[in-house]
Amino acid sequence: MAVKKKLAVFKFASCDGCQLSILDLEDELLTLAQEITIANFAEASRAVLDGPYDLTLIEGSITTPHDFARIRELRDMSKFLVTIGACATAGGIQALRNFADVSEYTRLVYARPDYVETLHKSTPIAEHVPVDFELRGCPVNKHQLLEVISAFIADRKPNISSDSVCVECKRRGTVCIMVAKGTPCLGPLTHSGCNALCPTYDRGCFGCYGPQDNSSPAALTQYWQELGTDPQVMFRLLRNFNPATEPFRSESEKWAPKTPEQ
Amino acid sequence: MSLRIEAAQLGHLLEVIRNAGYDLLGPTVRDGAIAIDRISQLSDLPQGITDEQEKGLYRLRTQASPSYFGFSAPAQTFRRFLQPPTQTIFWASRDTPGGPLRMRSGSNVDSKLAFIGVKACDLAAIGVHDVVFGCDPNPQRPAADPLIKDQLYGMRRENLLIIATECGQAGSTCFCASMNTGPEIEAGYDLRITEFVDGEHWMLIDAGSEQGDTLLSHLAGRPASEDDLTTREQLLERTRRSMGRSLDTRNLPQQLARSFDSPAWEDIAERCLSCANCTLSCPTCFCTDIEDATDITGRTAIRTQRWDSCFNKEISWLHGGQVRKSTASRYRQWLTHKLSTWHDQFGSSGCVGCGRCITWCPVGIDITEEAARLTAGTEASS
Repeated sequence: MAVKKKLAVFKFASCDGCQLSILDLEDELLTLAQEITIANFAEASRAVLDGPYDLTLIEGSITTPHDFARIRELRDMSKFLVTIGACATAGGIQALRNFADVSEYTRLVYARPDYVETLHKSTPIAEHVPVDFELRGCPVNKHQLLEVISAFIADRKPNISSDSVCVECKRRGTVCIMVAKGTPCLGPLTHSGCNALCPTYDRGCFGCYGPQDNSSPAALTQYWQELGTDPQVMFRLLRNFNPATEPFRSESEKWAPKTPEQ
Repeated sequence: MSLRIEAAQLGHLLEVIRNAGYDLLGPTVRDGAIAIDRISQLSDLPQGITDEQEKGLYRLRTQASPSYFGFSAPAQTFRRFLQPPTQTIFWASRDTPGGPLRMRSGSNVDSKLAFIGVKACDLAAIGVHDVVFGCDPNPQRPAADPLIKDQLYGMRRENLLIIATECGQAGSTCFCASMNTGPEIEAGYDLRITEFVDGEHWMLIDAGSEQGDTLLSHLAGRPASEDDLTTREQLLERTRRSMGRSLDTRNLPQQLARSFDSPAWEDIAERCLSCANCTLSCPTCFCTDIEDATDITGRTAIRTQRWDSCFNKEISWLHGGQVRKSTASRYRQWLTHKLSTWHDQFGSSGCVGCGRCITWCPVGIDITEEAARLTAGTEASS
């Protein structure tokens, strides 16, 4: 039997939800633990093994000055570095700060804002170090996460499609809620991975997986207008879990409320 | 010979088919649309329900008529039952690294399917797929280039029972008359139903196969009169005249073949979301992706086939990158394949005129408008 590969999980600015998807792999977790050495995973164990690591999963975005050095250090000790989730891959919902004055927030929230060292922008990991694979989602889909881990252990390419949520609706046989019910849905612009969870339960897509590769959002927002969608709703749909990613960012600007505080 | 029956006999027909061991698949109301799902009895059919379809719009409406088949193209096609959206091709496993491989076939085809209420467009689409999947050597195709038979499709198709229905009205996105696939149904069915509501609610039923003859013998009715047959002709003529769309197919393949550099493709790309809804609503699109995956232990591998689309990024990925990066190139691939190169490849058009790509495109791109614009000249206009 070959030496077991070492998996490490580290987090930056995030809610830990993506890491918890690993623990959600209830049926596969024991097998996973048998096949690989879990070298660092704070949500499951205090044990920490030194690098180098064969596969490092990074959750969270870069939001503080000391993150810069830490992510480079982790890159240096990882054979493969994979980002998991919208924060690590796109800056996450906290990238809403990119559109606002962060120092104003810290003044309002903290008694001693001078203790808080934070950046004006939340940025994805790939803006700072080379990333071998980006797994989308808020949170990631546990089956896709298992596929990514299995693929990197086997030295093969992960089977993760970059098509739209519409493809998943059609494969599932879900009737299009936008065409049949007039519900505004971000599905045509959004990267697949959730297996069309929201449209299947009669909710428009929220864009958790970020933009798919070839979208032209203006055509969709025009259609939403024809459906009578409130511009405020359109703005919020585009500025959600992946607000700083193109083309969601630039399209959301068009529908931003014209308020003095902006 | 046509048989004239009371509409209520349809329930008995479904029962006879079910008792013969078939899984019934047909139109039924689900999620605000007429879907193609498993059905078991007459009350599952969308009686008294019709639909309104336009670019990017689908709505159900109730109607006074008690007809069972008074709707146009359902939200889904029968494709998923002959070529499922996801199917395992095989499993391979071994106990030790380098040890012997055990192979197991992935998908079993053990049920007999009966398609109920297949419209003319969808019946034509099954005919198109029969050629694509190598089950029907279309004489229009070059004999020197035989297609390989898709075994899983072939097995499902072999046991298939088709109960087709002729449309008494066309929808506003329908253009089967332009594509020569409807409204009359001439072949390819076991039973053909034409439904009439004219004071009475009755049906004409014809058998198109031995199985159809057997089924027909279970029904109580009387031989159709000359008047009944004339009524059918009149109904089909009305349907033909009510087509909401048309497409001029004269020289269309040749004209589209010359449109490669048209600026219209870029104009369409500004509206197209590249979301793939058109391809996955289409009854003749057939593209799939093959994925090989290992499990976490590395001792089991699975080969899976999944519906894919020419609007997806990976489908044109060859060594070194994507062939079709832009939305314009993807839309051009789709439209010219459907209406032009399909003829060269499979000996027919790839479009049956069901209009689903118009209805289910979230931004309402209309294949008949775009084809007309492309062939009218190369001027882009909106």
